[in-house]
Amino acid sequence: MSSMESALLDVRNCSLRFGGLSALSDVSLTINPGELVGLIGPNGAGKTSLFNILTGVYQPTSGEILIEGRRSAGLPPHLISRLGMARTFQNIRLFGSLNVGMNVRTSFIARLHHGLIRSVRRGRTFRAEEDRISKEAGRLLAYFGLEEAATRPSRSLPYGDQRRLEIVRALAAKPRLLLLDEPAAGMNPSEKDQLRLLIARIRTEFGTAILLVEHDMKVVMGICERLIVLDQGRVIASGTPAEIRANPKVIAAYLGEPNKKGADR
Amino acid sequence: MTLSFSALSAFSTKPRLGLAAGLLIAALLQVCSAGLDPYTTQVMIFAAINVILAVSLNLVMGETGQFSLCHAAFMAVGAYTSAMITGKALPSILPHFQWTGSSWASQISFLPVLLCAGLTAALAGLIVGGPSLRLRGDYLAMVTLGFGEIIRVLLQNTNVVGGARGMEGILPVTNLFWAVGGAVVTLYTMMALVRSTYGKGFHAVRDDEIAAAAMGIDTTSFKITAFVIGAFFAGIAGSLYAHAVEFISPEGFNFLRSFEIIVMVILGGMGRPVGVAVAAILVTLLNEWLRDLSGYRMVVYALIIILFMILRPGERLAPWWRQLVSRLPSLTRGSAGTKPEIPS
Repeated sequence: MSSMESALLDVRNCSLRFGGLSALSDVSLTINPGELVGLIGPNGAGKTSLFNILTGVYQPTSGEILIEGRRSAGLPPHLISRLGMARTFQNIRLFGSLNVGMNVRTSFIARLHHGLIRSVRRGRTFRAEEDRISKEAGRLLAYFGLEEAATRPSRSLPYGDQRRLEIVRALAAKPRLLLLDEPAAGMNPSEKDQLRLLIARIRTEFGTAILLVEHDMKVVMGICERLIVLDQGRVIASGTPAEIRANPKVIAAYLGEPNKKGADR
Repeated sequence: MTLSFSALSAFSTKPRLGLAAGLLIAALLQVCSAGLDPYTTQVMIFAAINVILAVSLNLVMGETGQFSLCHAAFMAVGAYTSAMITGKALPSILPHFQWTGSSWASQISFLPVLLCAGLTAALAGLIVGGPSLRLRGDYLAMVTLGFGEIIRVLLQNTNVVGGARGMEGILPVTNLFWAVGGAVVTLYTMMALVRSTYGKGFHAVRDDEIAAAAMGIDTTSFKITAFVIGAFFAGIAGSLYAHAVEFISPEGFNFLRSFEIIVMVILGGMGRPVGVAVAAILVTLLNEWLRDLSGYRMVVYALIIILFMILRPGERLAPWWRQLVSRLPSLTRGSAGTKPEIPS
């Protein structure tokens, strides 16, 4: 365990099987602090399955996952998230009845000093902490250009802003690893450009490592320094965008192989 | 009237001020109650008890989104616990004091009795909620329905508490101060809770459990907490009820009673404590007006619920109420109170 102390996320030989169906087989990967890694692969390659075992929605059938050296297997999702990992969702999952500011504040709940009793007593330390939280949430919203919308219901935001709010909410949890699940899905080209800038800014300003699952090659190739390619539940390639682009296995996975019937994969 | 109105609006903007004002009103009501006829006093006490029940169930159903059909059972636990304490335990432990409804000994000891009733009900809430809150929707509804019946049948077959005959001759300790004060404290607790960052956890669980867990929120613990707090206040309401009507029987805490509380929560607009409190008062009054209809009351309830679902007056009233509240400080205190609050 101590040999890989430097890795932020260390996935070791993870497999996930549903009965006879193998969603992931023998997947290993590491992410270092501050790194921006893209995870790509054709539909059904196992990207979402990998996300689900990382976040604790599913338990891997075999293998182990270490977050900063701490084993995450067997922990419920909320405890895994407290190990320093936050995520966004492919189909946006904001808290619809809460306004924009409150959505961000929910990220502070896991790290609150005051619990039930102090929240009811509303003493001085409670109010100080509430002030600090609303200031911090306000600062984050302002940084991402959402401060005007702070009191609006989150479901009334335009689509691109909802995606952005989800990222802000995840960042408010002060993660060391941010998992973005297809953040560009459903965005128009100009929104995608904005998203690329946003992700680059998150890295430089917050120093958060990012694992980005994305279909859109332009987004992924443009910003990631390292790519991991999944196909049929296996890691088939890993390297810089240029290497990946030239890798015949990747091309085969995406476009199919011309004349090799029943290749031994 | 204006005093109680400003207390309600103070609840919305400055909870602690609202609590103080509310308790003051409860005390004033008690002082003035000598001039009221017993019937009016009784109805006001029932209204206050219903406010406690509805506002506490609202935390479970409205704020946390968990369906519970056994609120009356928690009420029963509180009612029987406190009736046993004031009827049997206290007189035998402290025989020198005078145990009548208005004696100072019973009035002073009523606060710890209420707390005991609440804590016992909370324990019952923990026992039911702990295992069953891992279930969702219909399944949770079934478990809570079953628990409600279990409590009722247990009470019916326990001779110490009178079995199906019930308990009579309970000390009439409850007065307007205790009932209205209890309602005020309940409303304050819920408002303070729901406004705090911690309390947003209940809403997060209601809106999206998966997202809540991904944000590090322990969804099961929030659901159980809501259930236990709800049960605690239901127990207190039960205790107040027992010491107001002086007679309790298992049938008084059956499923229909739970349903009546659910009606109040729905009419009040699920997740709006003030609205739910108002609905509880209105349903109590409605109960009195429809007394002659007896069994047909339920038909009227059902009709009202259907009408509310179609017309949704809550959604129309809520913005109006918020606007009124935001204007009120400037009406009562000149222009000093216009500083915007933390958005909620």
